[in-house]
Amino acid sequence: MIEVRSLVKRYGRHLAVDHLDFTVEDGQIFGFLGPNGAGKSTTMNIMTGYIGATEGDVLVDGHSIYQEPELVKRSIGYLPEQPPLYLDMTVEEYLGFAAGLKRVPRGERREQVDHVMEMTGIFGVRGRLIRNLSKGYKQRVGLSQALLGFPKVLILDEPTVGLDPKQILEIRTLVRELAKSHTVILSSHILSEIQEMCDHLLIIHHGKKVAAGAPAQLEWELSGVPALELTVRAPETAARAALTGLTGLRGVEGVPCAEEGCCSLRLEQENGCDLRGAVSAACAGAGVPLLELRRDVMTLEDIFLRLTAEDPPAPEREDGPVEEEEKPEEEEAGEP
Amino acid sequence: MIAIYKRELSSYFNSMIGYVFIAAMVFFTGIYFMAYNIFNGMPDFSYCLMSMMSILMFTVPILTMKSMAEERRSRTDQLLLTAPVPLWAVVVGKYLAMVTVFLIPVALEAFCPLIIAANGEAHLLSDYATLLAFFLMGCVFIAIGMFLSSLTESQIIAAVGTFAVLLLLFLWEDLMSFLPSALSNVLSVFAFRTVFYNFAQYQVFDLSGLILYLSMAVLFVFLTIQTLLRRRWN
Repeated sequence: MIEVRSLVKRYGRHLAVDHLDFTVEDGQIFGFLGPNGAGKSTTMNIMTGYIGATEGDVLVDGHSIYQEPELVKRSIGYLPEQPPLYLDMTVEEYLGFAAGLKRVPRGERREQVDHVMEMTGIFGVRGRLIRNLSKGYKQRVGLSQALLGFPKVLILDEPTVGLDPKQILEIRTLVRELAKSHTVILSSHILSEIQEMCDHLLIIHHGKKVAAGAPAQLEWELSGVPALELTVRAPETAARAALTGLTGLRGVEGVPCAEEGCCSLRLEQENGCDLRGAVSAACAGAGVPLLELRRDVMTLEDIFLRLTAEDPPAPEREDGPVEEEEKPEEEEAGEP
Repeated sequence: MIAIYKRELSSYFNSMIGYVFIAAMVFFTGIYFMAYNIFNGMPDFSYCLMSMMSILMFTVPILTMKSMAEERRSRTDQLLLTAPVPLWAVVVGKYLAMVTVFLIPVALEAFCPLIIAANGEAHLLSDYATLLAFFLMGCVFIAIGMFLSSLTESQIIAAVGTFAVLLLLFLWEDLMSFLPSALSNVLSVFAFRTVFYNFAQYQVFDLSGLILYLSMAVLFVFLTIQTLLRRRWN
């Protein structure tokens, strides 16, 4: 079990992660969702001990990453956004080095390296220089590296970014396979991916938690009272007249309609009301032919867009462009 | 630490840097050895090493420039810092790998006094003492170079910065004469060149000088570790 407790990361005056709290249970595929620069990578970097948090703590099975870094790091395999590869090494050399770094006992290294190469399907390129591999293969080498030592927890930062559709499918299958024996935490800004793979997700925006839960549960909880959309063969005034006086109707709004002689309306309902029956009866009573009536349920995508559309309070944002959140170190970098 | 040491060492010989460094050192040793000892018949190899000091100022930055800067630029530091390895082991592993590369030309130079001895009078004791001082001085230079490499992502800036600092150390004694005596008395503790010249020119075994070298090397390795720690928490 991984517990993240009121995590804060501040870069100067800029708040990249803002009191983030969440728990990942064993065996879950936990998805981190957020637009670019939401603080996903920063949070993952803190969870793996790459950078320190300004406040807060990360506990893996009750052990703090700050108090017992080596113990905790042993139980985590990390694939950063950009796989940390030494381009001048062959795949086999690199994985041998990573195995040593992860304290895999000398006698088991050979076998384990072969095993992860089989799992990620890179056995065929094991003798090639990493420099010469395609992006998909590089990603897989990075993933193999994270698997070495068979840690309990795998943290994958945007594992499918920049891959072609076939490779994305392969990586997804692999992650699902891995989830049988590992706790997997993965981040993405692609909703469909998270929805398809994860059984628990956390939406963050500007470093804050905006929603958490199972995808289906989130849809249910956050969509609220669904609106109704109906199309009738009548002028809008007649349709509105037919609907006036219905109890539980909060508002009526015209929406564009393509069909000749018809009009479409969107009805907002009061909490706890289902007006579908009443609407159909009212239309029939007024002699207005009802062509279509449907509930407008919010999809996860609508929820995601709604949750991440609102701008945060102004002061946090003035400090710099949002992109800088993910790569703060580069600010002080000098290029020749 | 051993894994990092081995990887670093092999990376110097997978790329040109290790070979270029060794070749440059050996080439210039050869030139000075020929000029001083063979052509002019001087019995002291230490004079040759004295001239090699300035060559070392040019070659060490090449050796050290990528040590930390490149890890950071290519983001491979994420692998090292998230592995169950303490930070000091990462830094010390890298440092020892560079010292090992430097040890190769030093080992080759160790043959030169023997060549002199085979052909006549040689001062083996003072020559080898000077070689020891030369090696430790190189270790300090490498530690300084690694420290500067940890400050930047750019290898060029690391190399130029290292060269500037080494040049400053080389000119230290001369610069001290411009300072008020109270200040220069304190700062002249860092008289690197004097220590080395005590060995090379005057054949004095300057133990306090060697302690200075060792403590400076430890100091800059320590500063490198601190730089990386600080970056983690900033």
